[in-house]
Amino acid sequence: MAMRSPIATAIAIGVGVIVLLGYLFPLPLLDPLRTLFLDWAIILAAVAGLVAILNLFRVHWQKLSAPRNRDYYSLFFILGFVPTLALGLLYGSGDARIQPLITAIQLPIEASLVGLLTITFAISAVRLMATRRSWISGLFLASTIIFLLAGSGIFLSDTAPSFLRNTLGALNFLPGAGARGILLGIALGSLLTGLRVLLGIDRPYSE
Amino acid sequence: MISFLSVMALVIILFSVGLLLFLSLRAKRRPRWGLRPLTAFSDLSRAIGLSVEEGTRLHLTLGNAGLTQPHSASALVGLQALERITAVSSISDRPPLATSGEGSLALLSQSTLRATYRLNNALDLYDPNRGRLTGVTPLSYIAGAIPIAYDEDVSAHLMIGHYGSEIGLLCEAATRNKAFTLAASDSLEAQAVLFAAAQQPLIGEELFAAPAYLQTGPAHLASVRVQDILRWGVIAALVLSALMGVLGWL
Repeated sequence: MAMRSPIATAIAIGVGVIVLLGYLFPLPLLDPLRTLFLDWAIILAAVAGLVAILNLFRVHWQKLSAPRNRDYYSLFFILGFVPTLALGLLYGSGDARIQPLITAIQLPIEASLVGLLTITFAISAVRLMATRRSWISGLFLASTIIFLLAGSGIFLSDTAPSFLRNTLGALNFLPGAGARGILLGIALGSLLTGLRVLLGIDRPYSE
Repeated sequence: MISFLSVMALVIILFSVGLLLFLSLRAKRRPRWGLRPLTAFSDLSRAIGLSVEEGTRLHLTLGNAGLTQPHSASALVGLQALERITAVSSISDRPPLATSGEGSLALLSQSTLRATYRLNNALDLYDPNRGRLTGVTPLSYIAGAIPIAYDEDVSAHLMIGHYGSEIGLLCEAATRNKAFTLAASDSLEAQAVLFAAAQQPLIGEELFAAPAYLQTGPAHLASVRVQDILRWGVIAALVLSALMGVLGWL
């Protein structure tokens, strides 16, 4: 039966243990090693980003040059990608001639997507009540409306009665408390996920 | 240089490792031990079965957290889910597709796909284009993933990873295309959006139980049990510290 690479697993476990110990106990021997490994990881992640971007280019090129069902939208990607890459390599990403590409093209497009997102949220809220009628859905929608109004500050004018102000103040503690509860659960889950990688049980890196 | 907190952290880690290994041995004998039924995963199993039968595709979105970032745990869970789903649906006419919003995650998704096909003696079915980066900013990632919902004959979307509220756009595209959506994220913002937008949202640490429900292995089942035990420890510590605070001992 085929098995996963033991060398990659040993490297991952060894480096993981050193980085963890170096983080907990920044001793003269461990701390420089931890910093070195983290620097390598950041450089490798940057190279991986470049490789993945080239892969993205290849996917769109293949879609555009496919013998059947060509995706002509991929042409827009290639037309945007090639000049941006060329100008970025030529002048550097911080150059004033490159900035308009971001401020005049990317940001407006992303802003329009955010606008679309607000409409999507409204549709989703309506659909939630139509398709998933349960007390949890009702509570979710009710709390969304209450905290939207409470957070907007319209009840916090000088003329508002102090009872209302105090009630809203107390209500505002609830989302924070709930969020902390969820985050504690996520922290525990993250700890166990990290331990599985350290123990070599999960090996997404190993072929 | 050795602080009390560091020693405590190491003790908790070693305790968790011991528990994980001990409970993994027990979990080997009882494959569904201690798992409460979650409709999200029974619906997912049905969606996988239907996709294999109908020859449609499963799409797994892994989020945009890189491995050097603090949110990477959710991406690792996504990769585990990808491995299991690829193994289960490897005989499908249209094998699963994974999209990421970060370079290292995209390469890891390719590596996971390759390893799964190799372990199942089906390496000839591996296609690196099925583990792809669709954008490097949160919005461009989702904008790049939306066409997949329409063009690649996808019948089920699994969203397991770190996202912002923009994930709502992909959910909407999937819903319009009448595809099944199961979504889980470690981001509170995304969880709020997914609760309304996804057909089967997972809340909080249910995300980390996904590999156990997908029957990846006994260690994942044990991991859920250890999480439960640690949660009780955290509750006890919170109550105790509150009591000590009230009594003026802290």
